[in-house]
Amino acid sequence: MKYVDEFRSGQLAQKLAHELETLVEPGQPLRFMEVCGGHTHTIYKHGIEDLVPPEIDFLHGPGCPVCVIPMGRVDDAIALAERPEVIFTTFGDMLRVPGGRGSLLEAKARGADVRMVYSPLDALELARRNPDREVVFFAIGFETTAPATAITLLRARAEGVRNFSAFCNHVTIGPPLRTILESPGLQLDGFIAPGHVSTVIGTVPYEFMARDYGKPVVVTAFEPTDILHATVMLVRQLREGRCEVENQYTRVVCREGNPRALAVLDETMELRDTFEWRGLGWIERSALGLRPEFAAWDAEARFELPGSRVDDPKACQCGEVLVGAIKPWECKVFGTACTPERPIGTCMVSSEGACAAYYNYGRLAKRRERVPA
Amino acid sequence: MKPRRTRFRDEVITLAHGAGGKATRSLVEGLFVPELGNPLLAPLSDSALLELNDSRLAFTTDSYVVKPIFFPGGDIGDLAVNGTVNDLAVAGARPLALSAGFVIEEGLPADDLRRIAASMARAAEHAGVPVVAGDTKVVERGKADGLYVTTAGIGTVAPGVELGPERVRPGDRVLVSGPIGDHGMAVMIARGELQLEVDLASDTACVLELAQALLTLGGAVRFMRDPTRGGVATVLNELAQACGCAIRLDENALPVRPEVVGTSEILGIDPLYVACEGRLLAVVAEDAAETALALLAAHALGAGAAIIGEVRSEPAGLVLLETSFGGSRVVDMLVGDPLPRIC
Repeated sequence: MKYVDEFRSGQLAQKLAHELETLVEPGQPLRFMEVCGGHTHTIYKHGIEDLVPPEIDFLHGPGCPVCVIPMGRVDDAIALAERPEVIFTTFGDMLRVPGGRGSLLEAKARGADVRMVYSPLDALELARRNPDREVVFFAIGFETTAPATAITLLRARAEGVRNFSAFCNHVTIGPPLRTILESPGLQLDGFIAPGHVSTVIGTVPYEFMARDYGKPVVVTAFEPTDILHATVMLVRQLREGRCEVENQYTRVVCREGNPRALAVLDETMELRDTFEWRGLGWIERSALGLRPEFAAWDAEARFELPGSRVDDPKACQCGEVLVGAIKPWECKVFGTACTPERPIGTCMVSSEGACAAYYNYGRLAKRRERVPA
Repeated sequence: MKPRRTRFRDEVITLAHGAGGKATRSLVEGLFVPELGNPLLAPLSDSALLELNDSRLAFTTDSYVVKPIFFPGGDIGDLAVNGTVNDLAVAGARPLALSAGFVIEEGLPADDLRRIAASMARAAEHAGVPVVAGDTKVVERGKADGLYVTTAGIGTVAPGVELGPERVRPGDRVLVSGPIGDHGMAVMIARGELQLEVDLASDTACVLELAQALLTLGGAVRFMRDPTRGGVATVLNELAQACGCAIRLDENALPVRPEVVGTSEILGIDPLYVACEGRLLAVVAEDAAETALALLAAHALGAGAAIIGEVRSEPAGLVLLETSFGGSRVVDMLVGDPLPRIC
């Protein structure tokens, strides 16, 4: 298929893999974090680890929008969904995420009106068609999906749709990256930085990583040759003694980002003082809430929420997986107590979650590591 | 399928339990089998095989809950007939008779029901099988999605026909009779929620003639299935676990229409998990693979047939995909329905 096959070309992949081999110093390990869950998914889906030299290790980052939602927020979502007047709308990935008392899919089975949508605009349309119901949209994701929520809020206000609201859980990518860079004992040589977030925020927000922390960064697209290409770019920076933010995803990302998307974000949302992240704890100024002018469309302002706080299950090591401290299979419960059928942690739920991606696609690589060739 | 002791621990039934993946399997093996299990049910295949005097009967049933009930390429009526005929066909049987049960929601236009009955009649005639028994129930508005149809079928299995996972051997080849994922994707698009305009029709069709053609190869045909709910990946996972072998698929060889590839890319869904309703998946001996392919391709329904992989001894119980990119990965069974990704 056009625009897909070109970026999955086995021939091109071989060329890039060969180049990597000539660039890497044998026996000297290089650890790169792919920040985005989409990258993790691609790495496992296409078997990229089979193509890179053994010196290169990919570590999974915090960029899976589903994985970073804390259990308490899921419980709040379920509380909203269980209100009789509410039609609760959500992206499909969130349906199976476990909170302290089950998932939205289970709430739906018990009678809550939970519906999967593909865009917040679909939720707004539901509100127009159901004027006697309250339609709540479970707004999650990084700056990638936040502009769609913003546009929907602006449209709801312009059209005077009063029975629509957003339960806002949008987060920003910069603060968790800083948290990772600040973590003691950090062993990272560079970052494969997210692509789609960067279409909105541009590449400037990553410059502190190179400047203040001395880590090379390459903003990267999501096809397998993109990831190989980015890996080559990172190794080249290291070999040439450079440390900068480079843009591999030039076909859609520019340095300044998307000013229109940033403008609608700024118009509708503001940084919260603090927000809880699954596994990472509370991070200051790391998430977006609706501005007071949009209180009429803010589910947190319009409905009484339990404000649930649920500690991550003790056995769950999602936090360590999300900062690249451990590999998914090094978690105590990976593949035993925690599986896609019965996830304990969020990383096992979404197809972008490192654990789910590893479990679904990668168990073979794990076997190989256990039995050295 | 190997008998395994699994306990069903979920507190409520969710949609995932009906999606054909791991959750369905745990429901069947953990809740139904402990209560209803018996030697004839034990293989948990699409059709049960019953011995009667000197002949063998295949017996199967299936319920159809598709939404919308009319979709490009077919409707719930021909789907219900073809699906059950196909379950018999892949067991190596020739269908003898079908039954049909209708759960109708009040308010369904009679013309819709008439169209569906006519489409069932056409499908039954095409398959050469009469609908010999039926049942009708009407439920209150809101209690059924327009119409649910349940069909059951019996058929005869000719002497000498032996199919099953236990007959599969390393080196055998895996074939599919045409492009995968058409039905599931066509129905998803027909729901209109995606606002995609894609020229794609369901593949709903009767695979009886394809199955009978392959059976002329005798013992070289090891195993047949129709990859419906859960798609090719789910059927092959069940097979890999039942036969204790590995199945290696070649991504380059998988027949998938560009329309299905494109829609899958947009939604973040893998066509390997999307339902087909008119495809046959077969495992045949290595030296018969090319002949089998020619037999399938000679039929109008087999245009696009392909050898998509082979059976290996290791790693037992897993399905692997050699990606066109040059890597490899595990193709696991999903828990529930494939859910579209956020971004």
